[in-house]
Amino acid sequence: MTLRKLGLYAAALLLTAWVLAPIVLIALAAATPREDLYRWPRPLWPERLSFEILSSFARQEAVLRALGNSLAVAGLTIVLATLVSAPAGYALARYPFRGREAVQLGILATKMFPATALAVPLAVAFIRWGLYDTLLGVALVHTALSVPFVILIVASVFRGVPAELEEAAMSLGASRVGAFIRVTFPMALPGLAAAAIFTFILSWNEVFAATLLTVNHRTLPALLVHSVVAEGAPLHYRYAGGFFLVLPALVIIFVIRRYLLTLWGVTVR
Amino acid sequence: MAEIRLEGLHKRFGRVVAVRDVSLEIREGEFVVLLGPSGCGKTTVLRLVAGLETPDRGRVWIGGRDVTRLPPGRRDLGMVFQSYALFPHMRVFDNVAFGLRMRGVGVAEQRRRVEEVAELLQIADLLDRYPAQLSGGQRQRVAVARALVVRPQVLLMDEPLSNLDALLRLHMRAELKRLHREVGSTTVYVTHDQVEAMSLGDRVAVLREGQVVQFDTPTQIYDHPSDRFVGSFLGNPPMNFFQATVDPEDGSLRVEGVKFPAPVAYAQALAERRGGPILVGIRPEHVSVGTGPLRGEVLVAEPLGAQKLLTVRTAQHLVKVAVGPDHAARPGEHVALDLPEAHLRLMDAQTERALPRR
Repeated sequence: MTLRKLGLYAAALLLTAWVLAPIVLIALAAATPREDLYRWPRPLWPERLSFEILSSFARQEAVLRALGNSLAVAGLTIVLATLVSAPAGYALARYPFRGREAVQLGILATKMFPATALAVPLAVAFIRWGLYDTLLGVALVHTALSVPFVILIVASVFRGVPAELEEAAMSLGASRVGAFIRVTFPMALPGLAAAAIFTFILSWNEVFAATLLTVNHRTLPALLVHSVVAEGAPLHYRYAGGFFLVLPALVIIFVIRRYLLTLWGVTVR
Repeated sequence: MAEIRLEGLHKRFGRVVAVRDVSLEIREGEFVVLLGPSGCGKTTVLRLVAGLETPDRGRVWIGGRDVTRLPPGRRDLGMVFQSYALFPHMRVFDNVAFGLRMRGVGVAEQRRRVEEVAELLQIADLLDRYPAQLSGGQRQRVAVARALVVRPQVLLMDEPLSNLDALLRLHMRAELKRLHREVGSTTVYVTHDQVEAMSLGDRVAVLREGQVVQFDTPTQIYDHPSDRFVGSFLGNPPMNFFQATVDPEDGSLRVEGVKFPAPVAYAQALAERRGGPILVGIRPEHVSVGTGPLRGEVLVAEPLGAQKLLTVRTAQHLVKVAVGPDHAARPGEHVALDLPEAHLRLMDAQTERALPRR
């Protein structure tokens, strides 16, 4: 019993460390003054902490613009992905149509197509359509990348809401749409929020398409990659950039997690 | 309040025919139970009435209005689901008020009517809770209140008691009966529990493989089942059946070689079957033990409180006999059985359908 408990705690600690270690390391590195960063051997725990690098990083106009771009692209992606995925997921969850399994598999199979192979034709097409170097263009690609997963998540979320609840609402006078809005949607909201977070993080982290399809309107990861690869940005800049990429994901997960658990003021069982 | 008329309803799911050619006329204010084993199509019939399914053929009339193509919300009905289907994200009050809001009833009137129906179902002190905070019996009451508050013409219930424990089920069964007397709405009630059907229904429709095999009052169905299936499905233990023949000379019944006088009511039907096989049914409480021409050995004696149930093996049959609780029969004992003429129910040996009585 005690041994089992010990093993459980050890496993929990290990898992936590696995997740937290990189975050802690990058946070520490980002908060280490420039001189200390280049010292050898570098102490594991820096002697002094300073936010000088982070604040100077955050004050750069290019970074702020890229941050804004990233948020705009992610927001746009969430809207577009939800518009496409929610009806598709609902249909997959509710209607037993012919070939449903095949459709479901086909949706996932699109993920097997390498995005790299699409890069050049996509760039050409976007230039032709006037989408090249626009936020909408990047958001469209991110939507395409996230939609297969989001459809499957949303379908399972809707499957979790019993069809009888919709039928009850309809028997009480609601239309099909009304039943969805009043019953299914509020009940699916936590799951839909999770899908939205997923989409946000996918878009926030996406580098490849964002780098290829933009020149002046770069998102934050694209900006960082560009400055590191093309301009050879110094170490402290990289750490600060890395920390900036991690931060919003953490904040959002912390905020949403509580929301997921206490949505209806009662424990959701 | 309205009458319901089902005309030749037919519904299939893929290759499975769930409902075939069901026609029923349910009177205004009547409590009708759809009874049958699982998979007999009773729930599908209810869902066709509700508008949750569309029939492949046939029509549904409620209160003289053809509602076959109308969505559920415009049929003026209330439905209680087996799972109760309470909205978990709404308080009890909002659950009950849902139908009123859909009908655009004013806020003050909503409150008045919710409180009225809450009083009727004794859930007035639960209105601020969420469904997750209620017990099974309370949820059931809320589900009924939610269906009743809109004062529907028709109340539909799909196995509403099946998720309750035995004692609560007994209690709620009586409650539902009281409720129906007070509200008086035309009610269609689906169950696979024959006791529920007998105790609640003004009339019971027995379904089998998507068809109505008998539609009558509970006593009539119990006393005069339309076929062997109904005889064995209703009653606990089920009706006894004997393979017998009709005597070629005098038209009496021969069960295991023993002669029994045939009931007069069947005289005409038997006349054309002389010398042929026949199926003889009798309820366990009507088999008399003590004197009689049929010999058997008691295999099991089960005291059930109000009565004692004997399983008797005769030469060719196993017979269930219900006797008084003080009956002295013991396992291994040899007994004589009689099959009183008045209680014999005769059926065709092939079709197993009841023979016509006069």
